[in-house]
Parts: sequence; C-alpha cells; structure tokens
Amino acid sequence: MSATFDTAVGIRRLPGQVGEVIDRCSPLTFTWNTRSYQAFKGDTIVSALLASNVTVFSRSFKYHRPRGVLTASFLDPGCTFQVGDEPNVRGAHRRVEPGMVIRAQNGWPSLRYDVKSVNQLVGRFLGPGFYYKTFMRPERLWPVYEQVLKRFASGGKVSVDSDRGYYDKRYAHPDVLVAGGGPAGIAAALSAAERGAEVLLVEEEYELGGHLRWGGQASRSALAELRAAVAGHPGIEVLTNSVVTGRYDDNWVAVMQRRDPELPGGGFGPAGSPVRERLVKARAGVLVVAPGLVERPYVFEGNDRPGVLLSTAARRLINLWAVKPGERAVVFTANADGDEAVSDLERVGVEVAEVVDARRGGDVVRATGGRNGALSAVVLGDGTKIDCDVLVTAVGWTAPTSLLNMAGDKPVYEPRAARFLPGGGLPDTVLVAGGIAGDGSLGELVAHARVVGATAAARAAGVADPAAASHSPALRLDEHPALFRGRTHGMVDFSEDVSSKDLVAAAREGYDSIELMKRYTTATMGPSQGKLETVNAVAVLSEVTGRTIEETGTTVWRPPYAPISLGALGGRILEPVRRSPMQPWHEAHGARSLVAGQWVRPDHYGDPESEVLTVRERVGIIDVTPLGKLDLRGPDVPDLLNLLYVNKWSKLAIGGVRYGVMCAEDGVVLDDGVTGRLGEEHYVMSTTSSGAATVWEWVEGWLQTEHPDWRVHVTPVSTAFASVNIAGPRSRDLLARVCSDVDLAGDAFPYMHVRSGTVADVPGCWMWRIGFTGELSYEVHVPASYGLHVWEALLIEGEDLGVCAFGVEAQRIMRLEKGHLIVGQDTDGLTKAFGAGLDWLVKLDKVDFAGKPELVWQEREEYPRLVGLQPEDPAIVPPESSLLVEGNRIVGRVTSSRHSPTLRRSICLGFLDSELAFAGTGVTVLLPDARRIRARVTQHLAHFDPEGVHLRG
Amino acid sequence: MIRIPCPFCGLRNCDEFVNKGESKRRPAVGAASREEWRAYLYDRVNPEGWVRERWYHRAGCRRYIKVERHTFTNEIRRSEPAGT
Repeated sequence: MSATFDTAVGIRRLPGQVGEVIDRCSPLTFTWNTRSYQAFKGDTIVSALLASNVTVFSRSFKYHRPRGVLTASFLDPGCTFQVGDEPNVRGAHRRVEPGMVIRAQNGWPSLRYDVKSVNQLVGRFLGPGFYYKTFMRPERLWPVYEQVLKRFASGGKVSVDSDRGYYDKRYAHPDVLVAGGGPAGIAAALSAAERGAEVLLVEEEYELGGHLRWGGQASRSALAELRAAVAGHPGIEVLTNSVVTGRYDDNWVAVMQRRDPELPGGGFGPAGSPVRERLVKARAGVLVVAPGLVERPYVFEGNDRPGVLLSTAARRLINLWAVKPGERAVVFTANADGDEAVSDLERVGVEVAEVVDARRGGDVVRATGGRNGALSAVVLGDGTKIDCDVLVTAVGWTAPTSLLNMAGDKPVYEPRAARFLPGGGLPDTVLVAGGIAGDGSLGELVAHARVVGATAAARAAGVADPAAASHSPALRLDEHPALFRGRTHGMVDFSEDVSSKDLVAAAREGYDSIELMKRYTTATMGPSQGKLETVNAVAVLSEVTGRTIEETGTTVWRPPYAPISLGALGGRILEPVRRSPMQPWHEAHGARSLVAGQWVRPDHYGDPESEVLTVRERVGIIDVTPLGKLDLRGPDVPDLLNLLYVNKWSKLAIGGVRYGVMCAEDGVVLDDGVTGRLGEEHYVMSTTSSGAATVWEWVEGWLQTEHPDWRVHVTPVSTAFASVNIAGPRSRDLLARVCSDVDLAGDAFPYMHVRSGTVADVPGCWMWRIGFTGELSYEVHVPASYGLHVWEALLIEGEDLGVCAFGVEAQRIMRLEKGHLIVGQDTDGLTKAFGAGLDWLVKLDKVDFAGKPELVWQEREEYPRLVGLQPEDPAIVPPESSLLVEGNRIVGRVTSSRHSPTLRRSICLGFLDSELAFAGTGVTVLLPDARRIRARVTQHLAHFDPEGVHLRG
Repeated sequence: MIRIPCPFCGLRNCDEFVNKGESKRRPAVGAASREEWRAYLYDRVNPEGWVRERWYHRAGCRRYIKVERHTFTNEIRRSEPAGT
C-alpha cells in the first residue's frame, strides 16, 4: 500500500462483530474526493467512509446544509454519490469496490466550503413555492434563471462518452413471487415451495435476512436455519440486490435486478457476464408482499445534522460493518428496537449519556451543532442540554405499502400502532406477510408467513385454500406511541429539503390537502419517494388543519418503488435488420450502407452522381428487394383494390399494371405503389419499403372487419422475392440477354405492363415495366434464393453495355429529377391527396373507397401544393426542410433537394401555399444559416423529361 | 400489463396486440354528413366501464378481434373474431 491514507483511516472501525459482513482479510483502496481511503470487502461506500471518520457526505438540496448518515440503507437521502461515470449512486447501499472513484455530488465548490450555504442564512426567503413565486416574471428572463438555478441543483454528471454498459431483460413466470427477503418473506417462500410452487424470492439488499442480520444471537441462529433451508430448496430462486419496483395488471411484476460483484457473473449467470442491470418482467401467479417496515425519522430542530441517525442505522453500522457511530450518544426511544440500540452502543464502547424514553414522556427538542454543522449537543424536553456526537432516534415505523396501493388497496391508518395497515382491498392474487401485516414475535411472524406462503401456493395452483380451512394465526397489533413532530420545527423531507415549517406555511397559503401540499412544496417527491417522509408530512398537515391522520389520508404511492435506470428500461438493442440476398455482394463491392425501413441497403458504391449518369446514358441495376409485395388472389380482388386505392381498378386487363395511391379515412396520403394483374384472379401489389407492414395490416383490417364476405386471400411476399430494377436506355438489351421466353419488344411488352417468365434460367420470375427513375426500366422479382445469382448474371451479361450497380442515393436523385414523390419524404401526416399533385388520380365518381368523403370535401378547399423548385443560383442546394418565406411569413417548405448531375443544377420538391403555387412564381428560401436565396416554381414536378419520352422508349 | 384471450391463440400478453380503439360502425359513404364522418374518425367515448374494442394480434395470429373490456378493472368478459 503505497498510497497516502487519510490520517483518520479506520479509527472508527470496531473489533470483529459476530454478524459482520466485511471480510477483514480483503482490504481495498478507493478514492473519495481525490483522497485515498481504505475499506474492507463487504463495506458500503458510506460504512467505509464512516470507519475513516468521514461524517459529511453531501450538501442538502435547497439550503446546502451538511448531511451525514441517516438510515444507512438504500434510502439514505444524504448519501448519494457520483461513482466514476455513474451519477446518483446510493452510497449507503452500494458496496465499495477496489479502485472506485467516488465524488460528492452536491457540494459546490467543495463539501467543506459550500458557498451556497448562504441559502441557510436567507432560508426564511426560501419558503415553499419560492422558485415559482420568484422566477416566474418576467418570462423572458427564465433562461437566465435556469442557468443560475442549475448550479444550485443537485444531481450527478452524465458524460456522453460514458461506457453505455450492458443492460438486459428477462421474462419470468413464477407461481409465487415474494417481495422482501426478511424472515417473513423467507418463511412464505419456503412454505410455498414445499407445496410445489416455483418461487422467486426478491431481496433489496445483498443478502437475505432483513433485521435478523443485525439482531442478537437468537436472531442470527434463526437466520442461519432459514438461509440453509432456502439454499436447500430447488424450488426457490433468490434474487438479491434486486427490488420489486411495480405491480401492474394481472400480477405483472417488474423486478429491477442489480449487479452484485460478489456473485458469479454478478448474479446474472456464468462468470464473466457483462450485465450491469436486468429488468425482470415477471408474471406471478401470486404476489406476496413482505417488505418489512421502514423506520421513521423524528421531526425536531436540527434533526438533519450529521450525527442524528435512526436506531436501525446505528445497529446496522455496528453489527454489519463494525463501525462505531460516535463516542458519546443520546438515545431517544419509543420501542424495543430503540432499547436494543442502547445495548448495541454500550456493548461496543459508545458512552450512552442519556436514554430518553418517549414512553415515559421524554422528548428531544433541539440538536445543536458545532462549526462544521455536525451534532454537538441535544436539548431535551426538560431543557437539559447534553453534549454528544450521536443522537439515535427510534420513534416508530412506516409501512411501505406501495405495492399494495398498486394492487388497488387503500391502506388504513391504525392510530393504536401509529402506522398504516393493509385496507382489505387486495385481489386474491396479492397477499401480505411480516411487519406490513401486523406485529408478533419472530416465531409468530414466521408462522403467519408460512400460512401465507401455503395460501399463495394453493391459489397459484388453483386448488382449495388451506388457510380457509385451518386456523390462520392472525397477527396482533402492538400499541406504539404516535410520534411525528416534537415541539420544534425540523426537516420532514430530507431529499427535497422541506421542513415542517414549510408545510405549515403551505397549508396556511391554502395548500391544505395532502396532494396539493405535496406538489406545492415537493415534499415526498425526492429520491426516497415518501418512504421516510410521507407519514410525517401527513402528521404535520393534520396538526395545522386539526384533522386526524385518517381524515387527512396519504398521497398515492405509484410505481416505481425504487429507481430504475434508463439503461435497464431500454435493455439490449434487439431491433432486427433485414438484408437482401444481394447484400453480401454490395458489401464486397464498396457499398456505403444505410438502414431504411428495417432494411440494410446500399446507399451508393462511391459516387452516386456517376451512377446516375450511367443509368441515364447506358444501364444500371439496383437492389429493390425491400419493396413491399402483397400477393392477392380471389375473385373479389378488384373490389378490394377499388376500396384501397383512390383510382379505378375494375378494368385492369391481365398483364396490365397501374400506379395507385392509398389515402386513410381522413384523406391523408398513406402509401403508393403499383399493382399488376398476373392472372384471372391473381394480382400483385407493391408498396413502399417502409410502408409494407402498415399496408398489410390495413388491408387485413378492411378484409377482416368491413368485408369478411369478400373472397380475397392476402399473402405478404416481400421477402420471398428478391427484386432488381434494370434501368436505362440499354435495359431492354440487357434483359433480353437473360430472358428468352418473354417478348420484350416495345409494342409486345409496353410501359405499365407485367409479364412472368424465366430470368437467367430462373423460372417463375415477374417482370414489371415501370419507371421510378424516369428511364426505360424493368423491375424483376425473382425467388429470393436466386437473387444473388440473377444479380451477378446481369452484371456479367451487361459488362459490354457498361452496366453498373447503383444505390438508393442515385435512385433518389433520379426520381427527384423526374418529380416522383416519396410518401413519407415529400408527404407527411397532414398531406392531402389534392395537395400532393395527385388530382388526376382521384376518382370521386367511384361509389366508395377509403377516405372518399374527406376527399370529396377536400376537392373544394385550398391546400399547400407540391411543386417543383429550382434555385436561381444552380450551385446552392437548400437543405431539406428549409422554409419557404415571404418576409416573415412561412409559405412552404422544401421536402426534397439534390444536385442533379443530369441537369447540372440544384433541384427541389416542396410544398407551397396554393396562391403562390404557379409555374414561374419566385419564392424565397430561408436556409438554416439564415441566408435567403431565390428560387422559381417550375412548370412541372418533373425537372427532367416531363413528357416521359425516356420512360416509354 | 393485462392479458388478452385471443379466440385463436388463447391467453396472451397484451403487448402482442395493437389496440385499434373502440369498435366503430363506418358510416355509409355518400350519405354521411361531415359531422357523422368526423365523429367516426375522431370521437371516442372512453367510458369508465365496459367498452367494445378492436384489437389486432400483430405478434401472433394477425387476426383482428373484438373484445369487451372494463376500462377500470381491465376485466375482459368477451373476445371473438372480428367480422362475426
């Protein structure tokens, strides 16, 4: 160990404790705010720092008060750190690892000297609603305020360069899922498993056992027995460092499983598993909720000073991590756990200066602090002031009823026990066990949980419920004093820095319902999400309003119970991509790929403009396999086509092809493509590549819901065929070299016709004479397994014709030269057919078709129209989405733009207000760099060959 | 996440389905007023209670089905093929 350690290293570390979870043979080193510290394996970040006498871990959210340890658990509001690239790490839960680089998150410029603590001095101005009231006006200054306020807000830093990590998901179908691995949860799991149920037992901490882990000898031996039984039962799967974050309909339960470096594969399977976190989506037969109870802080002046902590925190620190909480303690106790804390403190040599017993009227009024803000003395109810560096409080318990609320229950407040209990509104598939259900000795709680587990197994299996027959040992309810706030005001929400005084002020301002108060003051809205503070907030409000806690009620507990990282929600990227049979050829020949509509496609092979010129002058081939293809068969296909498309289909002859446009029922352009008739009752419809799935679903919708009587069978064949478009003046010559059973002569196989035949010795191919590029072209569909063969045959046969492969970019340039729109590129979710230059296609004299009524009304109205545009400066290509403006008024936008190698100038398509959409009109294009250029509306949408001479050649 | 009894596939997770909204009768084209047609396009009752819906089993049998679902309890009391 060559690093220089803090001089205080380990000075609070106790000698070996019987139940400790640290491994003293495995020391490790980590960094806290640039200094090196030592820890043992098994330490949390906070236990390791405390052992080295570091007691201040953060500055509070609003007033920047120093904060230390409070709960020594996942919930600890003052112990949130930046660990390496990872922000908001719960430092009182996360185990420290060798080499960890840990930084305080909310101390600026440093933890010791925090300039923002001036907020404390002006605290009386920072009351509830301060930000709302102060920074609302004038609105134009809000961006300035935001910049300043950001520096004051807490939260870690996320670097865009961080390793994204590996997050995973899993589906599980347990018969019984037990939320909580304390004694009750373990007993319920065992009992269910003994009756044959498959059980998933989920525990938030790193090991099973709950409070037994920091209890005495009897607790530890009971725990050893329970753990051995679980380990020996193959029907129980245990997930530790995992938490049930939500319960949804039909017992769909979300479990957040976090990595535990001590387990093989981090708890995710074989060693070396890279998984960081996993979201388990479990469909549980029965959910057993056994989360135990959460200890509640006491509200009094100075209750957030470092040194004031809960009895469970003190006992966990001593017994699990062998850390001495301080030298001289005052204990404020109202229950047996507080009394146990006294024994634990005394046992490890902490001087217990005073035990203040709430059951005998004792009270604490104020915690005073020294220069660093940490606890130095406690003032008791009788005015006595006692010097101490630790104040332990044990004033009662909060039932974490979140999962019950999510299951539809409304927990009720039981004044006798001063906590909420299940309200009896749970479905049969959700049961409760342990402290959330009632009180009892360990034996009684375990016996009760065993009956619950048996009931769960029976219900999951759908057999008779044994609990109904046997005498279920219902848990009793012990009396507990109701202690929430003392005589002074103190912190209620430690995460959000909301004091009881703030709540009183909010209530007096009229926010006197708990839901309003919550939103106005943000109490319960911080990282601990109400588990520590909700009941105290309700109690303070009750004081002000004179209502009881039952009358006041609580806020609604919603998912998630514990934070879920965005990584776990996202999981692995499992979006499939499709590849055509020719994709290996493209990649071997220098294709630059793009992903479009789930397909990996060649964008170009190096020089798209030269690909364009080759097609225009000679011949090129493009892989158009992603085109959607639907095989339609049956006598009623013409009726279907008439319904789907805006144009007419009744008279399409065999061998004929038509272009069609589909509109949705609101008259918006949905998709386009060509459909051809191959036989008496056999048609093939093509769709856009990205619209293929949508159109199929839409077609099925019409057939299955509106016209189930129509005899039409639809088969999607997009991937059954590989498709090649042969385009250019020499395309007929090229196709003729590989196809001998179809007469390709211009009059025998004219434009907009389809033929079946043999291509490169592959029978059963379809050939369409159509032209998206504006050139003479044939689209050849071949059975997919022969796609690469046909592709290569065309390149070999066409070598002396100068054939080249061209990609999507060249095709896009050529279709733009030709003025062919792309649905989804030149149209959007508002584009009407009449605005898109499709007037010639819409046949309103048809009796019915999708969207017809809207199109009838639209025909009489004015819409922005699709026009061709050419900038006056032929060298400027306005980026797509550039605005068309007149002065400050937006009159349209550019939807497609390219440099045309054929015309040697820039060309565009765009939407323009109808009053300007005439040939020759000059418009102003506003470029993203704020330059304004002039452009002219062209005669036709087509910039090239508007008469279609090339197409029909 | 609720489960939906598909008349063809049995009880399946609802994320296999696409909700196509409340079942609507398509007005007679030609006779429908603008108000009727736009009510068909855009108006949804969204009651708290029983609702007749159309779902599409996209990640399953690809059939459209009719479902009667309670919007508060998510109970489903009827599920049958569409177009029946």
